[in-house]
Amino acid sequence: MAEAHSTLVKEVVEQFGADRSRLMDIARALHGKLGHLSEDIIGEIADALGIHRVEVRDMVSFYAFLSRSPKGKTTIRLCNAVVERMNGADEIAQAFEEALGIRFGETTPDGAISLEYTPCMGMSDQPPSALVNGVPITGIRKADVPAIIDAIKKGGAVQSLPVAEIELNLRQSGPVIFAPMDRGAAVRRAVDMTPDEIIATMNTARLRGRGGAGFPLAMKWDFCRKAEGDAHYIICNADEGEPGTFKDRVILTEQPDLVFEGMTVAAFVIGAREGFLYLRAEYEYLLPHLEQVLARRRRLGLLGENICGREGFNFDIRIQLGAGAYICGEESALIESLEGKRGAPRDRPPFPVQKGYRNQPSSVNNVETLCCAARIMEKGAEWFSSIGTRDSTGAKLLSVSGDCERPGVYEVPYGATVATVLNMVGAEDAAAVQVGGPSGQCLAPRNFGRSISFEDIPTGGSFIVFGPQRNILESMHQFIEFFVEESCGWCVPCRVGAKHLDIIFRKILDGKGTRADYQQLEQVCMTVKTMSRCGLGQTAANPILTTMRNFPELYDALLQSDDFIPSFDLDKAIKEGCEITGRTPALEEHHV
Amino acid sequence: MSDKPVTFTIDGVEITAKAGQTILQAADDAGIYIPRLCYHPSLPPGGHCRLCTVKINGRPASSCTFPADEGLVVENDTEELNDHRRRIVEMLFVEGNHYCPTCEHSGNCELQAMAYRLGLLAPTLPYFRCERELDASHKDVYVDRDRCILCGRCARASREVDHKVVFGFEGRGVHKRISVDAPHNLGETNLAAADKAAEVCPTGCIMLKRKGFAIPVGQRKYDHEPIGSEIERSRSAK
Ligand SMILES: Cc1cc2nc3c(=O)[nH]c(=O)nc-3n(C[C@H](O)[C@H](O)[C@H](O)COP(=O)(O)O)c2cc1C
Repeated sequence: MAEAHSTLVKEVVEQFGADRSRLMDIARALHGKLGHLSEDIIGEIADALGIHRVEVRDMVSFYAFLSRSPKGKTTIRLCNAVVERMNGADEIAQAFEEALGIRFGETTPDGAISLEYTPCMGMSDQPPSALVNGVPITGIRKADVPAIIDAIKKGGAVQSLPVAEIELNLRQSGPVIFAPMDRGAAVRRAVDMTPDEIIATMNTARLRGRGGAGFPLAMKWDFCRKAEGDAHYIICNADEGEPGTFKDRVILTEQPDLVFEGMTVAAFVIGAREGFLYLRAEYEYLLPHLEQVLARRRRLGLLGENICGREGFNFDIRIQLGAGAYICGEESALIESLEGKRGAPRDRPPFPVQKGYRNQPSSVNNVETLCCAARIMEKGAEWFSSIGTRDSTGAKLLSVSGDCERPGVYEVPYGATVATVLNMVGAEDAAAVQVGGPSGQCLAPRNFGRSISFEDIPTGGSFIVFGPQRNILESMHQFIEFFVEESCGWCVPCRVGAKHLDIIFRKILDGKGTRADYQQLEQVCMTVKTMSRCGLGQTAANPILTTMRNFPELYDALLQSDDFIPSFDLDKAIKEGCEITGRTPALEEHHV
Repeated sequence: MSDKPVTFTIDGVEITAKAGQTILQAADDAGIYIPRLCYHPSLPPGGHCRLCTVKINGRPASSCTFPADEGLVVENDTEELNDHRRRIVEMLFVEGNHYCPTCEHSGNCELQAMAYRLGLLAPTLPYFRCERELDASHKDVYVDRDRCILCGRCARASREVDHKVVFGFEGRGVHKRISVDAPHNLGETNLAAADKAAEVCPTGCIMLKRKGFAIPVGQRKYDHEPIGSEIERSRSAK
């Protein structure tokens, strides 16, 4: 057994060229074959790569989809994101637990099935959803649970179940992303221009990044191109982990050529020979499709050597899968992950455009940004900048979910108001909208006149609607729990502070919070926001801070007028002792 | 990073940094103390504790990693930043299990000293009361994770100075721990008592065995003066 494993590990490590930076692929491949990565296997991998065991453990222990203890042959990861829970995920969870006789986090005694939770898996438009050994199933109803379990027990053919059908839900297509494309047009146009001319075109188009930060694309490419290095890299960020977004999934399904087109233009500009598309593990099911598209582009001379006949323009793309970590969408954490390490963000400066992948100049761009760049090559900067507003040119894809009649993807010109979008999606009675996901802001009806734009409400595209029946603050607490789970742990304010936000906020929601607790919550929010190392921590308090601002009445209704209410629960604290001694002390007079 | 000396200000005081220095290094040389825990002068910066966060041209950034540059306006000793720093130290106290009165490192502990310097009297944040592993398997060194603040100094020292990689991290978020390069425990590693990794721990987490109470409590490093005094002294001497 042990020897067979040792041979297997060596084979897999060889398959990836015994390259330490491919540790993610090595770990994923072995995890796929063995079901988990034991301490022995971790040691074997380290030996085969000639690195330290603690380095392999460091990486493996970081990712949610890599387990170090045995799991069932099939793992069901039920999505417990906010929108999923608004649509019955808790009931589905209970149905699975009852049908299998185990709790979440456990494996059936016969080793067949494990139950796990997973945060937003990019299917909020068709909840509740789950991954069954990586295969997404959506729109699950309670009645579907027996058939799902049955299919798994009969050999895992969930693919053929109706729930395995993924809806596209492309509700409003527009001129920018989903319009028909002429494959290769953007690249052909690019090779007829100089990199400087292309940068000038992006500058005229005033294209800004769609991934969240809104950095001007022309500047990023220019910095990267001018930075000295042995190699330059273009990296497409398809980690799409912000709860409530799924537009990159729809792009990768419908318009993958446009994405690769944008990457190829970028490669020409910055002088990259190699590019990566970092695909979140939840989208692994898209991999065969994407590989086919890449293969076709190689056949058509749109990738490979002398692209479009341009002597010396050599470029190719590799798809790197992640392993379940929201933080890997943060560009420097993504780069660490791409190098086969834990997804810990880096301190800046240096920025990725100076020292990125393998410490070489790298441009990290969102899927949608790259599509826009390709379109600008095709249709021109003036055409692009005629859409949207002065400071926010073009259109934005919104991933709309929650309490609305028509959830799905909408291409909306920048400058559209929240109210316009709500009308479009059938949610005129919305009580709140979370724009930009948990790291964005929670808006009240009196904010609905504001506009989706860099100058007003910037967003990566997540747009979650809360109807009047919802307990908004409970959802905000679930967002905080998400950040606690996803904090990488590198820095103190985020690692510890997010957990404190969870605890103090919970106390208030439970009706045990005083004005002093509220004040402390606010202070911890500010410390987490100001002192954290990366964007995750810097925005983790937003669900609380933006509801404190926009929904003060919800807090007022919960806060108690007492000076002090202990968070210490005496009954809970003495429970174990009571069980051991078999008696309960007479404590009545101490109760508060 | 600048390749020539640069001049900038910290809290209005003009200072000159040598080529390639970070803000924190330049401040140290100028006798201006910026609070820090995970930073160690003989190691590359880690950026973990965030105590050394200052405002650079109005934006917060860690001074241990940020290169000094011409004309930067740095704010350090402000009420706002010191409040945040105090809260971070408080977070560290309630995250681990710190028993100062019985800890061998009391008086030499940088965490404790930082709490005193920043005026942290008693934690008001809820304790995590987590379970953490003690590793006493090594003949000369023990690791008491109760007192670990995940500053990563041991890992950096082992890699950069000892060229060994005895320590690393494991897990993520609140489950993150210091991990050792062996199947089970520290006793199986090639750590030596004389290694830098065994010396740089700011708290009582990584300690040498049989060295207890060589200096009595009351006469230890931070029993005499606040942490950072040695840096500030060089300024008053100028
Ligand atoms: C916690 C966190 C998660 C992020 N996730 C993503 C993501 O999934 N996709 C993305 O494009 N950008 C994400 N970003 C932003 C990236 O760091 C980066 O700004 C972006 O990829 C740059 O691309 P752009 O200039 O095209 O927008 C994230 C940032 C943070 C802090």
